[in-house]
Amino acid sequence: MSKQRVVVIGGGLAGLSSTMKLAELGVQVDLLSLTPVKRSHSVCAQGGINSCNDQTRQVGDSEWKHLDDTVYGGDFLNHQPPVKEMAYWAPKVVDLMDRLGVPFNRTGEGFIDRRRFGGTLYKRTAFAGATTGQQLLYGLDEQVRRQEALGNVRKFEFWDFLGPIQDETGRCRGAVAQDLVSMEIRAFPADAVVVATGGCGLVYGRSTMSVFCNGSAASRCFQAGAKYGNAEFIQVHPTAIPGSDKLRLMSESARGEGGRVWVPRKPHDSREPDNIPTGERYYFLEDRYPEYGNLVPRDIATREIFDICVNDGLSVDSERMCVYLDLTHIPKAELDRKLGGILEIYEKFQGVDPREEPMRIFPAVHYSMGGLWADYVRSSDGGLQAGAPRNHMTNIEGLYAIGECDYHYHGANRLGANSLLSCIFTGLFTGPSIQNYISNQSGGYGDVEASLLSGAVTKQKERHDNLLTGNPGSDENPYLIHQELGDIMTRAATVVRRNDQLKESIGKVDELHERIMKVNLADSGGWSNQNVIFAKSVQDMFPIAKCILKGALNRDECRGAHFKPDFQRPSLTAEDPAERRKQAEAWCDTFAENNEKYLKSTIASYDANSMQPDLTYEDVDTSLVPPRPRLYGLVGAEDIEQVWKERSGEKKDKDVTLAAT
Amino acid sequence: MIALDSAAKRPEFINVRVRRQDGPGKEPYWQLFKIPYEPELNVISVLQRIAAQAKTSDGQQVAPVTWDCGCLEEVCGSCTMVINGRVRQSCSALVDRLLEDNPDELVLEPMNKFPVVRDLMVDRQRLFRGLEKVKAWVPVDSYYNMGSGERQSQATQEQNYPLSQCMSCGCCVDSCPQYQKIELERMPNESDEDFLKRQNEAFDEAFVGPHAISQAMLFNNHPTGKAIADERMDALTDTGGIQMCGNAQNCVSVCPKEIPLTTSIGRAGRAATVHTIKKWFGK
Repeated sequence: MSKQRVVVIGGGLAGLSSTMKLAELGVQVDLLSLTPVKRSHSVCAQGGINSCNDQTRQVGDSEWKHLDDTVYGGDFLNHQPPVKEMAYWAPKVVDLMDRLGVPFNRTGEGFIDRRRFGGTLYKRTAFAGATTGQQLLYGLDEQVRRQEALGNVRKFEFWDFLGPIQDETGRCRGAVAQDLVSMEIRAFPADAVVVATGGCGLVYGRSTMSVFCNGSAASRCFQAGAKYGNAEFIQVHPTAIPGSDKLRLMSESARGEGGRVWVPRKPHDSREPDNIPTGERYYFLEDRYPEYGNLVPRDIATREIFDICVNDGLSVDSERMCVYLDLTHIPKAELDRKLGGILEIYEKFQGVDPREEPMRIFPAVHYSMGGLWADYVRSSDGGLQAGAPRNHMTNIEGLYAIGECDYHYHGANRLGANSLLSCIFTGLFTGPSIQNYISNQSGGYGDVEASLLSGAVTKQKERHDNLLTGNPGSDENPYLIHQELGDIMTRAATVVRRNDQLKESIGKVDELHERIMKVNLADSGGWSNQNVIFAKSVQDMFPIAKCILKGALNRDECRGAHFKPDFQRPSLTAEDPAERRKQAEAWCDTFAENNEKYLKSTIASYDANSMQPDLTYEDVDTSLVPPRPRLYGLVGAEDIEQVWKERSGEKKDKDVTLAAT
Repeated sequence: MIALDSAAKRPEFINVRVRRQDGPGKEPYWQLFKIPYEPELNVISVLQRIAAQAKTSDGQQVAPVTWDCGCLEEVCGSCTMVINGRVRQSCSALVDRLLEDNPDELVLEPMNKFPVVRDLMVDRQRLFRGLEKVKAWVPVDSYYNMGSGERQSQATQEQNYPLSQCMSCGCCVDSCPQYQKIELERMPNESDEDFLKRQNEAFDEAFVGPHAISQAMLFNNHPTGKAIADERMDALTDTGGIQMCGNAQNCVSVCPKEIPLTTSIGRAGRAATVHTIKKWFGK
């Protein structure tokens, strides 16, 4: 058998674990990345990686509960079979990363230490200081370097993926990419292509993401015909440090290790924070969510922080919005040991020691739950069928999507410390699936028609040349258009979404899209021209931005990170038990009706003529954990829960009766 | 939020002098840019503003300055450059601080020890070649599920974690007097593979650098990693190895992650002596 060859795009956790696994299976890998893979955005992940473990198991945890927490946290928009598979793989993933030398923090006895993260009651999260993503990435980077030394992997760093190469049947036969140094455009024939290119935070201008996370690779697949799912679900991280170039993440682990969020009860209290007595501080998360306290899921923490600043006017500063995230009650030695890395970031970029003074933080765009639509094959036990070629294949045959740029795992909201897991898991798990797909094909990378390859290259060269010289006299500047896009998106499609604003923004974004196609570049050179590369990526942000806005506009409900106050279900108000019961019944009725209509993935496909996404809706596989109301902190939660339980019980009884007759 | 002495000192404009170079082998030249002062800028935001305006201080339209950056929070290692004469990450170079030291201008230059690709962008392939040379990885049997790794003490973790934070930014080697720039020109008709091979040979002849020595020590201190400790020591006692270190100790003073590089070098030196003696006795 001749060698099999796969092109992997992206060298973060997903791309590297995929590369490493494929190399082990004997597949040759060409690994393409915008940056040396060791510098990929995964390095920014701070907090940790979740898995059910020996300790949590003994206090009632299980992989099933990890699944349950994940889909409850995701407001049931997650596809459950892949989530189940991931939860059951999680302990194995952490074990493997441990073997690869990741310096996880240890307990006194030498076991892997764990911390608690948002949206769960168990200490599932393994961590390596406060740079867990960096450490996991390095573990994989080292193995891929080893595979490279063995001749199994070729790296193409500083290469930009421009699009898949498809034959007349639509099958993906390789990729076109451009060398960011020499500007050479080249075809990479392959048996299969794996897209592992992360999130699209740069669509929002500034976010917690790295400069590479512009979504252009996913967008180029989307424009080539791949479907894009759940674009409107964008996680806004509750705690980031505002900056003019970037909104730097302050990890959830700061709260996991006991950090408390508060504001002075007196608006813009000018006293130093340590001079404000406890009684005059408002610990609003602890007050409003007694069970989870500061560790409510991210969407809720984000909205509460936003709300306390915008609606209650209790921002710490008057000129800019922020709240305190306070660690000063924790001993310094403990902080240094467990959170050293992130506290250094704060100190370095803000010039204030967070061990001495509470940090000032505000929410920021952080993660894309949505991404390229990809298939999977459900196994008889409700997980994924190992080795099935369709696992994670997009609707373009031979084109796979894994990691943050897929759409299955995190539903309407991702739980902290599940992203590192989903990235490594999808990379490892899809290895055999991709290999099996290749083995079933008659034609391989070696016999792709030369005209197909050269045609694809020519098309991209034309695009490139047109950008360089096509618009003399135009004064459109890609950097300024990017800023405008970011401002529009941040205003209309982050924490709070309103239909009038979304509609208006769609109009504005359409206009900007026309303008970005006519940019005039300050640099028309043919060597390391970052200007043209950036302009291309900004152009390709627009199809994704449009999916986000249109998806958000059409979804008249609140679900996870997607919050529309006009469609919020109210808390229960009645004091009288009978009346309250009635309200709870009505609440459950509307909940069930709403799920009928909206418990569906938004699936976009791109119409190149109109330059617009077309949306359809796809059922979600919720066969393992039946959807239930997500009630963190709602007044009347117990009554609603009671009614819902009774109804689910009745339904189950009915099903059993039916099955018996 | 950075405590400044007084707001009055803040200038209206910031002068930014950039050493530019259009490509490898081209003559470097200087350009001066002027951007409006804003509080809490870092060098990245300065370069972003220069890219957007693409004009020098005297209004001449120029190509935006090319530079490398990634995470902007000092964990990826991309944005190393020489700022006011000191090699460092540009994301964590805060303008207000820089202006305290030199209110007249910011001076941005590419790193010294790597070939310039364009402007402030350099080719740092050699850093990664160093990691390959010292086999900076754990030689696991497979990526299948084989249970967990060995238990490790907190003390071991606390020794290894700081070394493992090395982000291959290159500050240490840029400041190292023993690490000399290697810039090869491609020969006519030389294939990618041949050029890469010739380049790697040249890299392997020269000093491997403190970052790679430190990584070798990291993996020699790992329960499974130490299985190939001898191979790493072979690399470190070969041409370009630990013997090239001149003990200038610049590396440790410029490391943005405060990695104890000289401690690693000291350990490597002792291990090299033992390794060499063992080899004399044929075992």
